[in-house]
Amino acid sequence: MTDLPAQKADLKSILSTSARVDNSEGMSYLQSVPRRIVTLYIPLSIIVIILLFPFYWMGLTAIKPDDQLLDLDRYNPFWTWNPTLKHIHKLLFESYYPHWLWNTMYVAVGATVLSIIASVLAAYAIVRLRYKGANVVGGLIFLAYLVPPSILFIPLATVVFQYGLFDSPLALILTYPTILIPFSTWLLMGYFKTIPFELEECALIDGASRWQILIKIVLPLAIPGLISAFIFCFTLCWNEFIYALTFLQSTPNKTVPVAIVNEFVDGDIYRWGSLMAGALCGSLPLVILYAFFVEHYVSAMTGAVKE
Amino acid sequence: MADIALAPRRAKTEIREATAWDQLRHNKNWLGFWFMLPAMAFLIFFLAYPLGLGIWLSFTDARIGRVGHYIGTENYEWLWDDSIFWLSVFNTLIYTFIASAIKFAVGLYLALLLNERMPFKALLRAAVLIPFIVPTVLSALAFWWIFDSQFSIISWSLKQLGLITQNINFLGDSTWARICVIFANIWRGVPFVAITLLAGLQTVQPSLYEAATLDGASRWQMFRFITYPLLTPIIAVVMTFSVLFTFTDFQLIWAMTRGGPVNATHLMATLSYQRAIIAGQLGEGAAISSAMIPFLLAAIMVSWFGLQRRKWQQGESND
Repeated sequence: MTDLPAQKADLKSILSTSARVDNSEGMSYLQSVPRRIVTLYIPLSIIVIILLFPFYWMGLTAIKPDDQLLDLDRYNPFWTWNPTLKHIHKLLFESYYPHWLWNTMYVAVGATVLSIIASVLAAYAIVRLRYKGANVVGGLIFLAYLVPPSILFIPLATVVFQYGLFDSPLALILTYPTILIPFSTWLLMGYFKTIPFELEECALIDGASRWQILIKIVLPLAIPGLISAFIFCFTLCWNEFIYALTFLQSTPNKTVPVAIVNEFVDGDIYRWGSLMAGALCGSLPLVILYAFFVEHYVSAMTGAVKE
Repeated sequence: MADIALAPRRAKTEIREATAWDQLRHNKNWLGFWFMLPAMAFLIFFLAYPLGLGIWLSFTDARIGRVGHYIGTENYEWLWDDSIFWLSVFNTLIYTFIASAIKFAVGLYLALLLNERMPFKALLRAAVLIPFIVPTVLSALAFWWIFDSQFSIISWSLKQLGLITQNINFLGDSTWARICVIFANIWRGVPFVAITLLAGLQTVQPSLYEAATLDGASRWQMFRFITYPLLTPIIAVVMTFSVLFTFTDFQLIWAMTRGGPVNATHLMATLSYQRAIIAGQLGEGAAISSAMIPFLLAAIMVSWFGLQRRKWQQGESND
């Protein structure tokens, strides 16, 4: 009797290790190593190299001296032994680049915060208040997600002009939520649905108002969802182009993507270095943010599609 | 004593009828209305209203700085005879069709590869998504440089390999320019398709594959009869998004070619920008962008009904 628990534990450990081994191997033991190299590693590396090469090229161009950039015969174009910070220096100290970075950041944070607040309220109302017609409104919001900016920018330009917002960052802060709210509402609806209803019922019985429930119970539990929505919205804002191109005119007011396309593209044959430096510096903040929150990012992307 | 005994009874009588104000604060439907207000305000003022306004503008002769007058379908009649417009429709359809088909094929293939057991899996998955994170315009600029007519790294490499003797004029030749923008679009879209399909793949039970192996199924049969049917709902959603965003693409083209050479890469979105904002013909530009709506509706319908049919076949629980 006494060694029965020990046996049990033993059995359990055997079971768990065998299960673990099974999980980590799957059915891949059925494939030989050469076969795996041909069917898996070679195609995968080709695809990954193609996907990452433009960034390598962007980074390399940004630190190459000008004479090496255009002389493909004397220098191997794939590497440089004397990197220079000249292009990045020129970018940061001799152009409006810091302004543009600041504008982009300002617009992205402003629009994201506004849309997250609006979508938290909307998602909570659709999922939990279940007012009359909640499902219809949910469907309409999904449809709004399918309306692309490229068919809206012309009428929006006239609207922005009427409201006197032309050439002001406020125009972007107010129009970006139309792209962000539908997405983040759907994402947050998914998260709110996973929060147990009983928690809210308890709070209601204890006399909490809907507002208190939202702030004190639902939001703390939905923090992963909020982070996902925030990061994804921020990336979308940073990436947005057509509204920024249409609504902003004066050089210091532009956002990074628009400014690089319009201001750096001149007749200069040596423009490539600073152009690529600008592209690199414009991408780095997002890539760093992404590196810290990969899992949130992936769940945002897949969550919104699954719903 | 008597007072104390009376007190609760008096308190009871003080329960009053719910006033209109209470109704506004506590009624479920009114609460829902207050909670929806911010989101709805944004969507109505900056989405629904402009959508309607855009259709109205397409029936006017509005220009920048001048309110238009109703001119009926004149803009559309004008476009009907405009060969550049039809070229842009043709370009958009080709661009969407080829890019979406290849994105789907490569994305599914990449998802299947990433679903295998291998070292550094998480790192690889993170690296694959980077093209999707980086702003499109900035990576389009990198492609612009890669496809440069004189200093293209591709031309250089092919010359070193002895495959060509002269630089390829990537963005200066109509066919090459189309291939290049389609390639850049595929490059940007594959990670999205791959990662979302990978999420779908991970929900497929491994025991199904084990059972199929015992029954002697080949790898192709396993894909065709297990993976593909189970993935269909998510494929429908992902491809709807992919088609929509490819069809209405603007930034990639604008950063790489601006519609050139000789309008060979003009999409409907870029043409409408050129006509409406650069040339100032708001009405005509609005007509071009309104002309995209039927195509978009068709795309949504096709995938929506595809999705519904699958759901019905598999039962509602298989979402």
